[in-house]
Amino acid sequence: MPPRMLPEPTPETRHFWDGCKEGELRLQRCTSCRDSYFPPRPFCPKCGSRDVEVYKASGEGVLWSYVINQRPRPDMGTEPYAIAVVKLAEGPTMMTNIVDCPQTPEALQLDMPVKVSFSKQSDDISLPLFTPAKG
Amino acid sequence: MSWKQKSVAVVGAAETTKMGKIPDVSVIGLHADAALNAMADAGLKPSDIDGVATAGISPVELAHYLGIKPTYADGTSVGGCSFMLHVRHAAAAINAGLATTILITHGESGRSRVGAGGFGRSPSSLMGQFEMPYGPVGPPTMFTVPVLRYLKTHGLKPEDMAPVATIQREWAALNPRASFKDPITVDDVMNADMIAWPFTKLMCCLVTDGGGALILTSAERAKDFPQKPVYVLGTGESVETPMVSQMYDFNHSTAFRISGKKAFETAGISHSDVDHLMIYDAFAHLPLYGLEDLGFVKPGEAAAFIRERNTAPPSEGKKGGKLPLNTNGGGLSYMHSGMYGMYALQESVRQMRGTAAAQVPGAKISVSHGVGGMFAASGTIVFSNEAP
Repeated sequence: MPPRMLPEPTPETRHFWDGCKEGELRLQRCTSCRDSYFPPRPFCPKCGSRDVEVYKASGEGVLWSYVINQRPRPDMGTEPYAIAVVKLAEGPTMMTNIVDCPQTPEALQLDMPVKVSFSKQSDDISLPLFTPAKG
Repeated sequence: MSWKQKSVAVVGAAETTKMGKIPDVSVIGLHADAALNAMADAGLKPSDIDGVATAGISPVELAHYLGIKPTYADGTSVGGCSFMLHVRHAAAAINAGLATTILITHGESGRSRVGAGGFGRSPSSLMGQFEMPYGPVGPPTMFTVPVLRYLKTHGLKPEDMAPVATIQREWAALNPRASFKDPITVDDVMNADMIAWPFTKLMCCLVTDGGGALILTSAERAKDFPQKPVYVLGTGESVETPMVSQMYDFNHSTAFRISGKKAFETAGISHSDVDHLMIYDAFAHLPLYGLEDLGFVKPGEAAAFIRERNTAPPSEGKKGGKLPLNTNGGGLSYMHSGMYGMYALQESVRQMRGTAAAQVPGAKISVSHGVGGMFAASGTIVFSNEAP
């Protein structure tokens, strides 16, 4: 299997990927309008302010939408997998995979609670994946 | 003050000589073939063209290849609706005196990949960082991502998308140039190979080779050309997001709404004025989003609207629907080279000229609505065959 397609962080996104490496899901929010946003950028997309802060998000959310890809990309293995979007408790949506869960419509119910789980891919990159939340 | 974009018309329109599988022509060759056909249609030579617009290749490549020395060039490249944006910009440019006769071309070797660029995005782009690591394989696995949310919001099921494909196949059956013409049923659609659940192969567009070109000039000059002028009444455009996971709302396209509203407003028409409609259908959900976001039906009503044959051709003695949609068969059955917007525009022009294979009798106003990327961008053009 070829190595998994991985992100190359930029100066504006480095804090996010460093957070993943350290087991933290880091979002940004505006210190004036308090809006949380994703993906990372050094200003608030709602009000344009540069006064923004990085914070540790809860890592909780719900399964918002997905498809189950039947023709796996070579670096993703040989079995069908869901390409999912979760809606984080803080508001933003994020593409991800749902792991520790059958990749079937029956197991993947919209709005089910999910929690972040970091998957180490290299010394520099851990990917934020999500698992069904227990209890 | 709004400028008078209604003083512009399409005077040349053509597709590539061949369509479907064209392994003996490169990408730039498809642009040129379509351009030469459109110039012949308009009775023009390259030296008569003073403005160029294209996407996929650079307007520099296009101009030099055809020997055009333009005073206007537009390389807006926002995916499959780029050509709607080119029409909009050309209308403004002609009115502002930047050029008098503008050529817009599309050519794509989507299937044969002759002289075509590669796919792929930098792993440091936002999509490369925040979407590609999770395994998408092109549009069938990305454009489709918002749909389960849309279906749940409206209490719909995947099979509610199937009539989009079956009814467009009915239109394709009337079109000799369509890639697929055999009738299909809802069961055929649902039982076709699964591509990315809940999308089967028959809910996904074709992958073909082809191209098309348009020539625009002022309405005043348009009367002197060999073809019946097709006037541009109104236009709209917008862009939303480079990443489908970051759409503002999975239940609708913000770009569709902005573009459609602007086009209807500038044309000064209402929905009941529209005789013919094209909505770019790379996948079966797009006509649903399009009908709703353009305001033809309320949110959640489009699937039933299509199922009840409001967009269908006449069949078995029954009258056709009140809003003929995607009358060439669409991206699902006619052709789809990658940036399909040009073919939607071509069908609108044919309908306004009265020369379409499945001609809507007496049609006077046609709306052509495009999507670019994966809900990334949108463009909308309102055409009429009556001088404004």
